[in-house]
Amino acid sequence: MSDATQDGPVLAADGTPLKRSLSRALRAQKLRALMLIAPLLLFILITFIAPIVDMLFRSVENQIVSETLPRTVVELEGWDAEGVPSEDVYAALAYDFMEAAERRNHTRLGSRLNYETTGISSLFRQSGRGVDDIGEDYADQFHDLNPAWEEPETWAALMGAPDWVEAQSADDVDGAGLLFRLSVAIQEVLPETSDAYRSFARTVQSEDDDNPVAEEPWNTVYLALYRDLSTGDVSGYDGLMADLLAEAAAAVPDFEGMTPREAFADINDDWLDTEVWATIEAFSDPYTAGYFLSAIDLQLTPDGVERQPPEQRVYLLLFNRTIFMSMAITLMCVLLGYPIAYLLSNLPARTSNLLLILVLLPFWTSLLVRTSAWKVLLQQQGVINDLLVWIGLVADDARLALINNQLGTIIAMTHILLPFMILPLFSVMKTIPPSYVRAAKSLGATNFTAFRRVYFPQSIPGIGAGCILVFILAIGYYITPELVGGRTGTFISNRIAYHISSSLNWGLAAALGTILLALVLVLYWVYDRIVGIDNVKLG
Amino acid sequence: MNLKSLMLLTTGASLAATGAMADGHMAGSMTLVSWGGAYQVSQQRAYSEPYAEMHDGLEIIWDESSAEAVARLRAMNEAGNITWDLVDVVAADAIRLCDEGLAMEIDHDEILAPGDDGSSPTDDFGDLIVSDCFIPQIVYSTTVGYRTDVDEWNGNTPSDICAIFDLENFPGQRSLERRPIGNLEWALICDGVAMEDVYDVLETEEGIDQAFAMLDTIQDQTVWWNAGADTPQLLADGEVVMGSTYNGRLFSLIEEQDQPVAMLWDAQVFDLDGWIIPEGLPEDRLARVLDFVRFATDTQRLADQSQYISYGPARASSAPLVGQHADLGIDMAPHMPTDPANAERTFLFNYEWWADYRDDLDARFQAWLAQ
Repeated sequence: MSDATQDGPVLAADGTPLKRSLSRALRAQKLRALMLIAPLLLFILITFIAPIVDMLFRSVENQIVSETLPRTVVELEGWDAEGVPSEDVYAALAYDFMEAAERRNHTRLGSRLNYETTGISSLFRQSGRGVDDIGEDYADQFHDLNPAWEEPETWAALMGAPDWVEAQSADDVDGAGLLFRLSVAIQEVLPETSDAYRSFARTVQSEDDDNPVAEEPWNTVYLALYRDLSTGDVSGYDGLMADLLAEAAAAVPDFEGMTPREAFADINDDWLDTEVWATIEAFSDPYTAGYFLSAIDLQLTPDGVERQPPEQRVYLLLFNRTIFMSMAITLMCVLLGYPIAYLLSNLPARTSNLLLILVLLPFWTSLLVRTSAWKVLLQQQGVINDLLVWIGLVADDARLALINNQLGTIIAMTHILLPFMILPLFSVMKTIPPSYVRAAKSLGATNFTAFRRVYFPQSIPGIGAGCILVFILAIGYYITPELVGGRTGTFISNRIAYHISSSLNWGLAAALGTILLALVLVLYWVYDRIVGIDNVKLG
Repeated sequence: MNLKSLMLLTTGASLAATGAMADGHMAGSMTLVSWGGAYQVSQQRAYSEPYAEMHDGLEIIWDESSAEAVARLRAMNEAGNITWDLVDVVAADAIRLCDEGLAMEIDHDEILAPGDDGSSPTDDFGDLIVSDCFIPQIVYSTTVGYRTDVDEWNGNTPSDICAIFDLENFPGQRSLERRPIGNLEWALICDGVAMEDVYDVLETEEGIDQAFAMLDTIQDQTVWWNAGADTPQLLADGEVVMGSTYNGRLFSLIEEQDQPVAMLWDAQVFDLDGWIIPEGLPEDRLARVLDFVRFATDTQRLADQSQYISYGPARASSAPLVGQHADLGIDMAPHMPTDPANAERTFLFNYEWWADYRDDLDARFQAWLAQ
């Protein structure tokens, strides 16, 4: 105790400063608390936060274009978006496409780009079948010039780093062997060829587990050789097979064959269509806003962002409808749930418990069963219409359309979500002392005034909680609108489901989901500003 | 999981527990994915039960997830854990799975059995091999059923597909599938476009407008269905007077449940269903699946399936072997979509075309529906 009277920091019994000692004790406590919630925290991180982050990422992610067509994307940067791209672009496309086709990536890219421009899917599929013929005419001429060009060993010796060639040429190489390495000398004289050959060698190694020393290169490699020899100068090269190369360089000016552009146009005319190229260029960045634009009925065109044509606009309509109908359902739940909760909280415990079970009973029944039951009740030949016809309220030939429209969705979802409104209302109303209303009445308030001025304000936290619960559940509802919504009663979630499971456009689904999430957060914020989140009580 | 697959599972598990060994290098269990319902039962009875009898201790698990197979396979592929061995999908999905690299490309002549008549598999299946990954099983069709007891029709009965669009002679609600495929084609055919020109017309903006204008005429009289079971139910309840669905569903509604319903074969839209093998199976499982597929798609097995469901076998060599329904004892040939009398005027999907235009037309169709 004497320590406290001295100058300097306050010390604990063991002589350490009190501040440090306290924080150590607290740290241990905090750590223990953290350990206790760690399982839950991890669970939420893995099953909830991570998928959401993944979804956010997917909605902008677009690496597939630059990964599948890396050379083309680089070459396209110089394209002015007017007229057909240069031969260099087509040559780059030939190398990229050949590798993609061998790795069977091209159709995947085709379906990705088909989301943006109709027809690319089959263009890519078709080109995948034809691309191995590109450069065949040059390959034949090289073969005719010197049969050595036909030999895989020639190519390997010319292109490979000497130590790699030595290792791969041994008799005991099993399968693909060592990863291909390029000779430095050849890279300088034949840049395109060495790039194309490396692409060939590595693809053969990884896809087929073959040794490049024993495989004849693709025709596109011959195309690259032709292009290199006809533009470059190999006279400075004095490495392996310099003679062979010099002979070829001398002969190349007389070679005849299709240019890369002609070759692609031969496979399909659409390769001369600037729209296809504009699409590839517009989506060549590794990240894109394209999915988000589509999700709000816009599109990315070469001239910038434009609205979709009127007959294609559907998402804004669905977002509006989803919000509007969720609000309608929430309102219905308040109107129906409030009196029930009031009754439950004011009856004697025994009766109210029984009634509470009746409220909960549907809650425990399968969602599908309840929705299907509504189908039986609401359809035109269903129970309700039959009853109305029997009473004579409705003519037999003018039965009411209660299902497969917005009304059906609102009725079924109100029923399904009602317990989520009643329960928070009930638990709040339970805590309102009846004496307040009695006091108001004894001071001269009418029944209605006592309710309006005294009871109702105290039940608002329950309404708030119920509304938030019901609205947020409703806005993401999927199965009920799908079954009873018909054409006018479906939600945005039905489209999201379609893009996840049918069209496989997961990027668009992710963008739609992200927008929905943002909408909920914004509405929550607005709600907080208007009602105040402190005014929400779940019990 | 329904009772049947639960029973299969438990029998499989108990069989495995008795310690029976799988033969050789092949995996001891196999997960097959199909559509559930009567169709899956027909596959179980025609393919998997005989196969399991021949292979003691083999555990066959059925998963009823074909409807979301494309998405599930993609997710499995991304997670690097393929739990399915063989998946039943429609042809359009097979093309998509093949495009995405999720289904294995196969050499049909190498892995499938030759036909009983000695023809090679590629000849025997012919045009039905619509993708390098696709092993055809059955031909089914989407066609129209109608109630036979509608008073307002004054004794008229629909004779062709255009009855759908004829509200004057055939008033009442109809049901159509909630997707553009099939509906747009029918709309054009009934608006006077020749069958062989349908896809050329649909490629133009005017053609699409024309098809939608035709659908506009019946939009407020139409219930749009998602599941194949919807139309039979709606017809049986009297909710609709006519509607499109798969021919097998109509067969069971008419022949097995004896409802006052009849069906049209006119302009039936042919479609295919078959197997795909997921890409990236380990060797032992692949060996097992290849063995099973070879068995399950031979001439006899495909013909056997038609005893249980009215879908046409995909092999030409199976057609002569189609017999009677296993339980009802009626001849199945007249109920096959491929029967010459039924196939007088048929329509085959242009899969390539739809693979390209599906996204666009679907967006447009949904926008049209929603407005």
